[in-house]
Amino acid sequence: MNRLITLILSLFAAFLAGGLILAAAGYDPIEAYRALIIGAFGSTNAWANTLAKATPLIFTGLAVAVAFRGGLFNIGGEGQLLMGAMAAALIGVFFNGLPGILLAFIALLAAGIVGALWAGIAGYMKVKFGAHEVIVTIMLNYIAASLTNYLVNYPFKAEGMVPRTETIPAGMQLTRLIPPNQLTTGIFIAVIACLVIYWMFNRTVYGYEIRAVGLNQDAARTGGINIGRRMILAMLISGFIAALAGAVEVLGVYRYFVAGISPGYGFDGIAVAVLARNHPLGVLLSALLFGALRSGSMTLDRLTDVPTDFVVMIQALVIIFVAIPWVVKRINLMRKRGESIGS
Amino acid sequence: MDLNIDMIVSLLASTLRISIPIAFAALGAIFSERAGIVNIGLEGMMLAGAFAGVWGSYLTGNAYVGLLFAMLAGALFALIHAVLTIQLKTDHIISGLAINLLSLGFTTVMLENIWGNRGRSAPVAGLGNLSIPGLRDLPVIGPILGNTSILFYLLIACLVLGWIVLYKTVFGLRMRVIGDNPRVADSLGVNVYMMQYIGVITCGVLAGIGGAYLSIGDINMFSRDMVAGRGYIALAALIFGGWNPLGVYLGSLLFGFAQALQIRLQVFEIPVHFVEMLPYIVTLLVLIVYRNRARGPIAAGKHFRRGET
Repeated sequence: MNRLITLILSLFAAFLAGGLILAAAGYDPIEAYRALIIGAFGSTNAWANTLAKATPLIFTGLAVAVAFRGGLFNIGGEGQLLMGAMAAALIGVFFNGLPGILLAFIALLAAGIVGALWAGIAGYMKVKFGAHEVIVTIMLNYIAASLTNYLVNYPFKAEGMVPRTETIPAGMQLTRLIPPNQLTTGIFIAVIACLVIYWMFNRTVYGYEIRAVGLNQDAARTGGINIGRRMILAMLISGFIAALAGAVEVLGVYRYFVAGISPGYGFDGIAVAVLARNHPLGVLLSALLFGALRSGSMTLDRLTDVPTDFVVMIQALVIIFVAIPWVVKRINLMRKRGESIGS
Repeated sequence: MDLNIDMIVSLLASTLRISIPIAFAALGAIFSERAGIVNIGLEGMMLAGAFAGVWGSYLTGNAYVGLLFAMLAGALFALIHAVLTIQLKTDHIISGLAINLLSLGFTTVMLENIWGNRGRSAPVAGLGNLSIPGLRDLPVIGPILGNTSILFYLLIACLVLGWIVLYKTVFGLRMRVIGDNPRVADSLGVNVYMMQYIGVITCGVLAGIGGAYLSIGDINMFSRDMVAGRGYIALAALIFGGWNPLGVYLGSLLFGFAQALQIRLQVFEIPVHFVEMLPYIVTLLVLIVYRNRARGPIAAGKHFRRGET
């Protein structure tokens, strides 16, 4: 309960700080927040938009959380997402003879495997060469962006001006829940992914061992856990999940791969995970908040003259205020002092 | 494109130019990490510097005021990182990533606020180049060094000064001890927190200058997210260079060379996307090859609390 109050206070502080910066720049913060809230929750369509934007964020946030539980920072969600999106699109383009459901399943699986391998490079380099996974995953992001850009501009480019692949078969597309809104059944896949990971961490040996490595490597090693292998495993799972974000965007929202398919969902995942404190179920709520910010930013643009990038600033402030452990510490410290004075 | 002396000269000249911002940021990161504070926020500090440089130049018409603004902006974002990591014990990497995001959001909001444009600022007065009579007329060296950014010379001065401070002064010795074992430094009576603040803020100032090179040193305007990953490349240069100024400059030159080569290779029929990957692949190779040789400050990234064992 204490933690929940802390979290709410941190969020409040972040929005307050954002408002102050906005006011200092000469904008009306009340008006800005009002537009954000209307855009995110003001109507059925706004809600659907928020959930649609939250869908990829659930995957990327979950991906960061899984890696973090194993003691690793996966900053490479963006690259893994792009690779996964490309893999899903190509399955649709090249195997379009199969039944739709099967094809969708294969596309998700293929995306996951490609994403897992892409993230696995970072895990392997960490374990084998001691290369810091943060730098490696960032480099892999740039390489994935160039690579997928090449694929969509040359070998797999569909006819026309826009660099995109052919449209995937209708049968494998995820159903839109409230058409024409882009909210699809993908959100159910995302929720299931969170539940599966929650189950894995709490009920399976692998999940337990990954957590043990993240908590204390020395203790885990003493306990007979192969740390390197568990780290690579955490990275593989993380990459698999991040890639699903890309696959679901392809199968549900775009129906093809196009350059710029992700407006930074991989990076937003970091903020989502920080706010969720790396808890798989917390990711759901936290992704909802960041989905709301993304969905609200469109209304912010329409109703006010506040630059939409204000939302990026809010995200940064949320990370900062939530990541500061001082609020909890301060409360505990005050309590201790109170006790010692009392005794 | 023939392989001739002119081409090599122009390749070297661009290598030197492109490595300037990377080297400033990487040199700064030495001070931060030697004092035990990991700085993934270089990217954001550079971006803040790039923006403030243009802003200062725009307000006053004087690019040197812009440079001063850039140093202050870098220092300000570094101060946030310092307070978060040193005082409030926030995870260094999370804090750094937040600094990058904060800087991206802030500079873009201000860009639109001041110039009413999401993409770029108005053109402003730039720092310009230093054209040295005599030197500029020499063959080979002339085209490379005779007419280059004034920040290139500032960089060389900072590198030399940085090396002297780190390896020839008591201050530098203390800083290096802190990076490996803050407890020992503390027991010797060194003010660890103060040294860490100095390290991080020095880093911010240098990263700010690096960012200013991109805006008022090169194209004389600010564009959204113009640092484009150079802050991260600087971290790789830091590892390549073994956390010392000379090595770090060599690392920066390597990445500068990869980038310069990339620009020139685009003339060929190779799709630009493959050439684009070059600097990033070089970074990965560097991380693999230097696995055992590179050893950073042992205590970097760990929180230090006085009186705790």
